[in-house]
Amino acid sequence: MAGLTPVSLTADPHTAAAVTDAPRKQARFSPTREAWRRFRKHRLAMVSSVVLGIILVAVLLGPLVWRVPINEIDFAAKLEGPSWAHPLGTDDLGQDVLARLLYGGRISLAVGFAAMLVACIMGVLVGAVAGMSRGSVDAALMWLADLFLSLPALPLLLLIIYMFRESLKGVFGPEGGVFIMVVAVIGGLRWMQVARLVRAQILSIREKEFIEAARALGASPVRQVVRHILPNALGPVIVAGTIDVAAAIIAESTLSFLGLGFPPDIPTWGRVLFDAKDTIDIAPHWAIFAGAAIFLTVLTINFIGDGLRDALDPRRVL
Amino acid sequence: MAETLLDIRGLKTWFKTDDGMVRAVDGVSLYIDRGETLGVVGESGCGKTVTARSVLKLIDMPPGRFEAGQILWRGRDVIPLSPEEMDKIRAREIAIIFQEPMTSLNPVYTVGDQIAEVLRQHDELSRKQALSGAVDMLRLVNIPNPQKRVHDYPHQFSGGMRQRVMIAMALSCKPQLLIADEPTTALDVTIQAQILELMQEMKDKLGMSIMLITHAMGVVAETCQRVVVMYAGKVVEEAPVEALFGNPRHPYTQGLIRSIPRVDRAAARRERLEAIPGTVPSLLHPPVGCRFAARCKYAMDICVREMPPLKEVGPGHRVACVL
Repeated sequence: MAGLTPVSLTADPHTAAAVTDAPRKQARFSPTREAWRRFRKHRLAMVSSVVLGIILVAVLLGPLVWRVPINEIDFAAKLEGPSWAHPLGTDDLGQDVLARLLYGGRISLAVGFAAMLVACIMGVLVGAVAGMSRGSVDAALMWLADLFLSLPALPLLLLIIYMFRESLKGVFGPEGGVFIMVVAVIGGLRWMQVARLVRAQILSIREKEFIEAARALGASPVRQVVRHILPNALGPVIVAGTIDVAAAIIAESTLSFLGLGFPPDIPTWGRVLFDAKDTIDIAPHWAIFAGAAIFLTVLTINFIGDGLRDALDPRRVL
Repeated sequence: MAETLLDIRGLKTWFKTDDGMVRAVDGVSLYIDRGETLGVVGESGCGKTVTARSVLKLIDMPPGRFEAGQILWRGRDVIPLSPEEMDKIRAREIAIIFQEPMTSLNPVYTVGDQIAEVLRQHDELSRKQALSGAVDMLRLVNIPNPQKRVHDYPHQFSGGMRQRVMIAMALSCKPQLLIADEPTTALDVTIQAQILELMQEMKDKLGMSIMLITHAMGVVAETCQRVVVMYAGKVVEEAPVEALFGNPRHPYTQGLIRSIPRVDRAAARRERLEAIPGTVPSLLHPPVGCRFAARCKYAMDICVREMPPLKEVGPGHRVACVL
């Protein structure tokens, strides 16, 4: 046996170094970089990223560049179509639609991302606790998730908003209060999918040999979850989170459209759509631009989610 | 007389299943002295791995349960220890490496991070110190280019290299006992030889003991000083390695030795490889007498009726057989 050893390639560091040196310079494959390489091959997702990027930049920086006030009423120019003075036309009070959409987009997108964060954090917490504890705690948490899944979301949203709107307004002011409430309600009703995903991932990953190895080398249960299991479970959570952003934007639009979200003077996309619906026959541009903003944002986010799913799925060859 | 590091006495690790208790380890006693390599051999399913995992308390409880016995680590019984106390023993005093080097490393971290993590969770070290410690460990296990390789991910290593990384991880806190659970089973023969060589080298450098679990008798002959032969959850023979191969007393040991493939004999006489007929009995309802009786060609009436105790037949050579 001993005689065999020197035959190996690795026994001689010089030749081995020469062999391994060349390719290493060009590629150091971290999982992030590999995912990025795969993501770039998904054309629709790449186009969507660019479009969403433009929307984000426009919403964040747009109001600084397009300095038309959102509430400048001008009855002389009401319900006008697109023109140089008003690129997206005006509404029934003569307010500039572009300025209103740029401003309202901030709120719509902020609600989307914040609600996604709430849903993901809750979902990961519940899923991790359920997956690690097993037994009765696991059963109880999953039962709770099933319960939440079976609740009809929209009536519940309406009920909660009717019940708590006034008290929250009192504490955080009209805008802050509604923002917190809308985010909490939308996020609080969307954590179940993430929780189930995380639990399923943990149940399968915790049986892997590398977790056993970590345990054998003295990693505490918390450390096993935080350092070893969760990073391996992150892929599906990222995908679910992306889709959640889109769903939250839709939910916020629905609430605003029903007149239950933000106060009427805050032009979120759903609110603009709601205001535009009465004049859709004489001034369709108003509704079309607001609808297009929601549509484009949600569509691109969903495509990006698709691209991420393909990029993060190790079974798919790209 | 060398210091006894690990002393397992009458250990019974049973598993509760829907059909009843599976007596995976049923009254095993063995010891390991400082600086020695103990081989634990036997077929699949005879309790070798469960014994090894019991030492580090890596058995899931439930369904597993310590039914009886003691596991004395340097004189202290580990069975009643709390999980926190166990975490301190793991890696620092006893480390284990597993059979599957391909899946025993976390795919999302570089190997350097993983070795550094073991170092950091047991000692107060800065990130930088831990990483340079990881480089030292990789160099110790003969991985070429350690400064560069620490930044590589597990999938960039071959099976043999990953097992080296696993050994580096296991040894990073300088344990006194390394439990190697079939460390070479998943590797091809030349790599096996390298890994065994490496373990031998590490043992001499760090002055530790090794508990080598394997079913390959050739590996045992090559590396161990003493051997424990297990069958169906019990120790059937225990002997210094020369005595075991020179004068195997238990029919099971004899069968194991005869079933080693021999290139010279097979080629010369087109001989069929001798196998032990039958399989390991169910550990759910183990036979009353000698557990090997059903497969033993020398079996007598008494074998079926009662389990023969281990008796001394030579210096350090004990066997559980009436013959």
